[in-house]
Amino acid sequence: MLELKNICYTAEEGGKEILKDINLNINERFIAITGPNGSGKSTLAKIIAGIVTPTSGQILFNGEDITELSITERAKKGISFAFQQPVRFKGITVRDLITIASGNSKLSVAAACEYLSEVGLCAKDYINREVNASLSGGELKRIEIATVLAREAQLTIFDEPEAGIDLWSFNNIISVFENLYEKIQGSIMIISHQERILNIADKIILLSGGQLKKVGTKEEVLPELLYVASGCKATEKNTEEDK
Amino acid sequence: MAMDAIQLNLLKEVAGLEKIPKGAYNIRANGESAGRNTTANIDIVSKEDGTGIDIIIKPGTKNESVHIPVVISESGITEFVYNDFFIGEDADVVIIAGCGIHNCGADLSKHDGIHTFHVGKNAKIKYVEKHYGDGDGTGGRVMNPKTVINIAEGGYMEMETTQIKGIDSTDRVTTAVLDDKATLIVTEKLMTHGEQYAKTDFVIEMNGLDCSAHVVSRSIAKDKSKQLFTSNVKGNNRCNGHTECDAIVMGDAVVAAIPQIEANNVEASLIHEAAIGKIAGEQLIKLMTLGLTEAEAEEHIVNGFLK
Repeated sequence: MLELKNICYTAEEGGKEILKDINLNINERFIAITGPNGSGKSTLAKIIAGIVTPTSGQILFNGEDITELSITERAKKGISFAFQQPVRFKGITVRDLITIASGNSKLSVAAACEYLSEVGLCAKDYINREVNASLSGGELKRIEIATVLAREAQLTIFDEPEAGIDLWSFNNIISVFENLYEKIQGSIMIISHQERILNIADKIILLSGGQLKKVGTKEEVLPELLYVASGCKATEKNTEEDK
Repeated sequence: MAMDAIQLNLLKEVAGLEKIPKGAYNIRANGESAGRNTTANIDIVSKEDGTGIDIIIKPGTKNESVHIPVVISESGITEFVYNDFFIGEDADVVIIAGCGIHNCGADLSKHDGIHTFHVGKNAKIKYVEKHYGDGDGTGGRVMNPKTVINIAEGGYMEMETTQIKGIDSTDRVTTAVLDDKATLIVTEKLMTHGEQYAKTDFVIEMNGLDCSAHVVSRSIAKDKSKQLFTSNVKGNNRCNGHTECDAIVMGDAVVAAIPQIEANNVEASLIHEAAIGKIAGEQLIKLMTLGLTEAEAEEHIVNGFLK
């Protein structure tokens, strides 16, 4: 479904190399991207959604080269992206956002409410609220997830969906992913540090220092993850390997 | 006088009226009266010198409304109107005013007016005012509304004023004097485009004990338009005052905001806020990831902001 070929990205400011020659093929149901802070996970997700333009490389979606397509065009082709830090809007309501996301301007209130219920929000309390600073970080995050569910896209990317959500809801997040898969039969890509999310992944992508360290099943990747997580030691190991 | 399609459209834009309203009304079209109705509790009287009308609402009048729209569809009309509102004690009414100008000609169309409100003791009013212009002529569409507000003890006034598009130049002045326990809430919504200029100025004197005033302005300036927002909320007694201006600038537009507060009494509690900026890039990106184009995303953000 999604293929990344030789993706490189160098930050315009400071010239730091964020991603180095990433090659990936994604067809699985649940794909987890993990790795230390600053390893390039969010940048990779933004490159797929079209928010960040890679310095070089190619992105194929269902065999079509989408490297030059805009955010909007990619969204219309079936790529959906849930922000790590959801955006606030003055005057735009939860219902407005879900309606826009669904692509159906006549979406019924009941249908919009269903998406909210799915993320554990009492729909009638939220449906007409403005997506502004009056919402807490956790509420906003759940609304972000509900919005992305409404898109029913072939590929949905979640950037740290569990961040800022209390434990009670976190337990439900996995069933949210499972329900979404049941409905769409597409791919769900999740950037996460949480073991519980890594546990359900069919494929784990481990990034470190902008490079793919390991791609494989949980059994294959988790031992490597411990190595990378130890920080300085991992760098020492890499240096040795490079030699 | 029968109204034509253009006038009816203007009426719909400024007063939300599809047809002649129920209750009291006075419709002014092209500088002349186009219809009037009074009720048992609400009287509308022309001033003797012909410069405007007096709207007299009897004490205790409840759940009634007054519509006083003005429409101008002929090019080159300029007028100056004085309307005075006398709202009796304990009344609870809605007043809907508004002015629409359709100018297809080359001459200036201008509507200036002073609306003076005398809000009686414990009376409650909601005043809705909308200004609108259209027509593709080269003649200017100018409106300079002045609102003078006096609120007696325990009185309450909510003022909603909207000017969304089509007015080339406007100089809006609102002054208010508040007595004991009086409340004034002003919500202003403004959008300018092209080469338009809008100036808006509020001066609120909070004289009474425990009175309060909230002045909130939200505006969008597009293209090469210019806006100036000034407000001065003066606390002359134990009172609460708040003034806020929130603006989005687009294109080559210019916005200046000067929200001033002045405490002339040690018990006055006053707050001012002002924020001006372009549409946040992350808001556009978010809506684009939901499948909207950049232009559609911008439209949603602007409409939401002025909703």
